[in-house]
Amino acid sequence: MTSPGRRIRPLFTLYLPVMPFVLFALFPLYFMLITSLKKNSELYDVTTVPFLIKRGVTLGHYQLLSQDTLFWSWFVNSLIVSVAATVVSVVIGILAAYPLARLRFPGGDSFGVAIFVTYLVPPSLLFLPLSTVVNRLGLSDSLWALVVTYPTFLVPFCTWLLLGYFRTVPKEIEECAMLDGCNRLQTLVRILLPVAVPGVICAALFAFTLSWNEFLYALVFVSPAELKTMTVGVISELIRGDIYYWGGLMAGACVGSLPIVIAYVFFLDYYVSGLTAGAVK
Amino acid sequence: MQLKTVEGDVAKLAARGEAPTAGLSDFLVRDTPVAYAFIGPAFFLLLFLVAYPFVLSLWFSLSDARVGETGSFVGLDNFARLLRSGIFLQTLQNSIVFTAAALTLKTVLGMILALLLFRLVRFKRLIRGAVLLPFIVPTALSTLVWWWMFEPLYSVVNWTLKSLHIVNYDIPWLPDPYLAMFTVILVNTWRGLPFFAITLLAGLVAIPRELYEAAESDGAGPIGRFWHVTVPLLKPVLAVVILFSAIFTLADFNIVYVLTKGGPFNMTHLFATYSFVLGLQSGQIGQGAAVSLFLFPILLAVVFVQLRMVRKAAMYD
Repeated sequence: MTSPGRRIRPLFTLYLPVMPFVLFALFPLYFMLITSLKKNSELYDVTTVPFLIKRGVTLGHYQLLSQDTLFWSWFVNSLIVSVAATVVSVVIGILAAYPLARLRFPGGDSFGVAIFVTYLVPPSLLFLPLSTVVNRLGLSDSLWALVVTYPTFLVPFCTWLLLGYFRTVPKEIEECAMLDGCNRLQTLVRILLPVAVPGVICAALFAFTLSWNEFLYALVFVSPAELKTMTVGVISELIRGDIYYWGGLMAGACVGSLPIVIAYVFFLDYYVSGLTAGAVK
Repeated sequence: MQLKTVEGDVAKLAARGEAPTAGLSDFLVRDTPVAYAFIGPAFFLLLFLVAYPFVLSLWFSLSDARVGETGSFVGLDNFARLLRSGIFLQTLQNSIVFTAAALTLKTVLGMILALLLFRLVRFKRLIRGAVLLPFIVPTALSTLVWWWMFEPLYSVVNWTLKSLHIVNYDIPWLPDPYLAMFTVILVNTWRGLPFFAITLLAGLVAIPRELYEAAESDGAGPIGRFWHVTVPLLKPVLAVVILFSAIFTLADFNIVYVLTKGGPFNMTHLFATYSFVLGLQSGQIGQGAAVSLFLFPILLAVVFVQLRMVRKAAMYD
């Protein structure tokens, strides 16, 4: 019985109920974008419909941001910190996940638990003492402060994710390589990693995203305006006094979200699997 | 399984007639030294940048440390002062209200959304991609747009409500203490909902179809199938997601810092934002550390429950 009624039903029982969720998720981001492209005269006119751009698109807010602020420095800082922290954390994570997945050694279980516990420690629990540590290491007010501290939450995440991934790879392929005379490091690099590429990409994507989005440590550890990262720069340098330049703020928020959104569009499936790996496995 | 590797290595060494002597190659074949060498970097990272700061935090909370001074031991004085402080008790209450409300919303809406996403056939990837987006964009920046949407003069929310003639005045979303708390909860729900939905969806996918067919042939309707098949089988995933989110919701900093700075009248302060104000803005590191340590009991509870669940799961494997 393929009556038209049966084919239309999902429209009402499924696609219609899912629409409010999609709208809820996307509207703020849409509104962010159109606000950044509106002329001030339209932005602050309470009589116009706020959902559309009616009086022409302008790139003025973006130009102002480029010319009058340290916006691009913040962008570059975020990029440097995120790339460096990601590389460091993925390498340390791979090294730590391998013995946890493959070898039995005294203290191994405790170390696994320690990694898991650290994975659950929110940055807001440790930012005060960490700022003291960063100070004593002479790293405050430099990008190094972030490159050094971001791995504290990235390494547990990468290790946990890769541990789950390594366990799905049959160990027989490694045993063959070891019989052929490869040592552990060689087996890891030449045999296991090529098979585990999706897991590594996933770990790297998440590490990059978490670093790029990080706010609290970047706010606390780095204060010179020219060394700030994207998130902190937009929030603390563009908001001055009581007059808010909403067009500029939204332009900053758009550009600041862009790298992550681009990565997301290209690697959607990795994001989905990384997100669920942490909780389901 | 793991023992086999050790035996394999020993057998292999024996077969090659080599003693496990020095040299990088041999060093890396033996298990325990290899394992320690591999976990070394992660171990020292956790030791110096997680464990040590944690101990430091305990010390701060028991001392009258200020910015730039080590301070001296004052026992539980900081905690005693906090429990007498009106602002702290308000923060405690805010944290409970905020976490309970946001978790409830995210669990209920996340479950509904997961059930809907599960049945999607057309535009599956597109819709899943769209609803996940709030979770991956930088929270500090996306909270800015929420601020703009609830801004007193130009609020698009008020504009819509007024245009639809639901209200005829501007609702003071952020200046009003209760509405401000509502707004903060709303933004947290907006950001965290995708995590619940996508994770629960992964849990739904893992439930064997046969169980639903069996329930259906026993006469269970859609609601009966939900309560007697879906919910019991989803319980472990549900528990992990809720516990995990409980920590990070309670420890939220970004949303409150950007949207309300803890105001109006400290009515939206959470542990993280109040600890930031005390520890960094007024320089009382001891007090600030004591506030942030209130996050620790919930962390311990969650770790305890999750480890028990992992052990239980391992037993059934």
